[in-house]
Amino acid sequence: MVTATAAGQPASEPVPEPDIKPVLELTGIGKEFGAIRALHGVDMRIFAGEVVGLMGDNGAGKSTLVKIIAGNFPASHGEIRFEGRPVHFQRPVDARRVGIEVVYQDLALADNLTAAANVFLGREIRRKFGPFSLLDHKAMAARSLELFGELRSETSPYHLVKQMSGGQRQAVAIARTRLSNAKLVMMDEPTAAISVRQVEQVLSLIHRLKEQGITVMLISHRMPDVFAVCDRVIVMRRGEKRADKPIHDTSPEEVTALITGAKEAA
Amino acid sequence: MALPMESPISFANVGRDKWWKRGIFASQTGYVTLALLVLLVVMNFASPYFLTEGNIQNVAKNFSFIAIATLGATFVIITGGIDLSVGSMMCFSAMITSMVMTQLSTPGMPGASLFVHAAADGRTILANVPGLILFISVLAGLGTALIVGLVNGFCIAVLGLSPFVTTLGMLSIVRGLCYVVSNGRGSFPGGPDADYFYALTSGDLYGLPAPFIYLVILALVMAVVLHHTAFGRHVFAIGGNEKAAELTGVQVVRVKIQVYVICALAAGLQGIIICGWLGSAPANMATSYELNVIAAAVIGGANLAGGIGGPLGAIVGCVLLEVIRNGLVLAQVNSYWQQTLVGVIIILAVLVDRIRSRMI
Repeated sequence: MVTATAAGQPASEPVPEPDIKPVLELTGIGKEFGAIRALHGVDMRIFAGEVVGLMGDNGAGKSTLVKIIAGNFPASHGEIRFEGRPVHFQRPVDARRVGIEVVYQDLALADNLTAAANVFLGREIRRKFGPFSLLDHKAMAARSLELFGELRSETSPYHLVKQMSGGQRQAVAIARTRLSNAKLVMMDEPTAAISVRQVEQVLSLIHRLKEQGITVMLISHRMPDVFAVCDRVIVMRRGEKRADKPIHDTSPEEVTALITGAKEAA
Repeated sequence: MALPMESPISFANVGRDKWWKRGIFASQTGYVTLALLVLLVVMNFASPYFLTEGNIQNVAKNFSFIAIATLGATFVIITGGIDLSVGSMMCFSAMITSMVMTQLSTPGMPGASLFVHAAADGRTILANVPGLILFISVLAGLGTALIVGLVNGFCIAVLGLSPFVTTLGMLSIVRGLCYVVSNGRGSFPGGPDADYFYALTSGDLYGLPAPFIYLVILALVMAVVLHHTAFGRHVFAIGGNEKAAELTGVQVVRVKIQVYVICALAAGLQGIIICGWLGSAPANMATSYELNVIAAAVIGGANLAGGIGGPLGAIVGCVLLEVIRNGLVLAQVNSYWQQTLVGVIIILAVLVDRIRSRMI
């Protein structure tokens, strides 16, 4: 079986061939903040090219889980395996190095820098001039423009992020994940603050990532978005995984019931 | 889920702003530069002495005396920090430099025999290697600044103390050390290399005061570092959104330590130059200069909230302060008005920027 949920597995769940290793495998992940137990015994296996929706109410532990996978802080218990190898991330950069990219809910943009500067923040393209290495502004702007084009976002690489609309800012944050060969892209509420048309763009981008074999984890409150793009939905409640089902085996009603606790597990 | 058309699209509505609407021209620095030029023209008509060579040289020299430290402080301000220990640091490095110079030039002092010997007449002291004493004493002064900068940076970036409190403490610590090492008396650069020292700090080159030349070189270097290196970009990113910088892999702790070290080194160098001009390093030298430095940076467009600032702004701020001081003297206005006017200008400069950013 793909996953080890507490409740019985639906028979129709697609069973991957045994030789396919999960991209990401979590075993018994738990996290305590002082006396507060934010996560408890979360097991999860995510496969290449899958789009997994992670749902749950506020305080269900979604963000904590994402932050553990992204290397923002370590788990108190449990093991993370990425592409079969156990990994221990000290900092977000460590997670990025193995191929995990995150689009944070607050987008993590520096308002005073241009779009291109934000896209390349922390991994600037440099050119050697003798002993000095200087920024290659042209190359970064050109690559950013290319990425914005791919995202169908009308964004100029030279504009300051502080002058941009919500959708443009989102595009900048997503463009960042396309710089390297990411294997897993996690998006924390990417459609929360943008226009209808831009939501379509973000969802179509997720499709594109999937086509390229990139795994996407979509953290969202918006039921229609999850049902539009995800292959599988994982529901969290009170720090525990309550359900893990293929999208065609469930319904928005059932997921809502799971999120609110009207239904304990599925 | 319908995918948007796959045809390549070009964005007709996305262009680059016209040159006068971006960069320097749309910033507080631009407006203040303009104000400065207007002031220069007004001054020219108000006083026949203003544009004389002697006066211009004087102005150039005077603003250079705080401008180098302002360049360093601007780095710190761009990251959203502040360094209040600048004034004390100037004094301390000047003092260490002149004390080391005097010590190494006094026969009988430990280590002095390596550097100097008495001439045949038994009284004149000659350097074994001309310039070596100067080199080592300046190195000692800058070395002290380096240590103070590292301590500042460590407390702020690693221990997470507030920059204001840390550097306020350092202001007092360093000033106290100045009094301790000199016993409150101050010190004088002396020995066979003192002449070189004066030539390099208060001399001229083709009519340009030496400090002004250093200032221009350092400002150019700073412009390149800020806008064309990854380090400079990270300095801006930390000022804009420190959390984002951290998440995207910027080495925030390292960059922060580096900016405090740069600031302390700039202040140290500035102190050494002032010492050459004064001919001594009194223990109360450069008291409260940190306020002038911060004022100049802010007038020039650096934002104390972080994320904005540059070398041109720093220099323009210093020039403006000096031209006003100079202008008040030439206009025979009671010079006590100067401080009041500087305060008004700080508030005006920031106010104009605020009004402008509301209008856009």
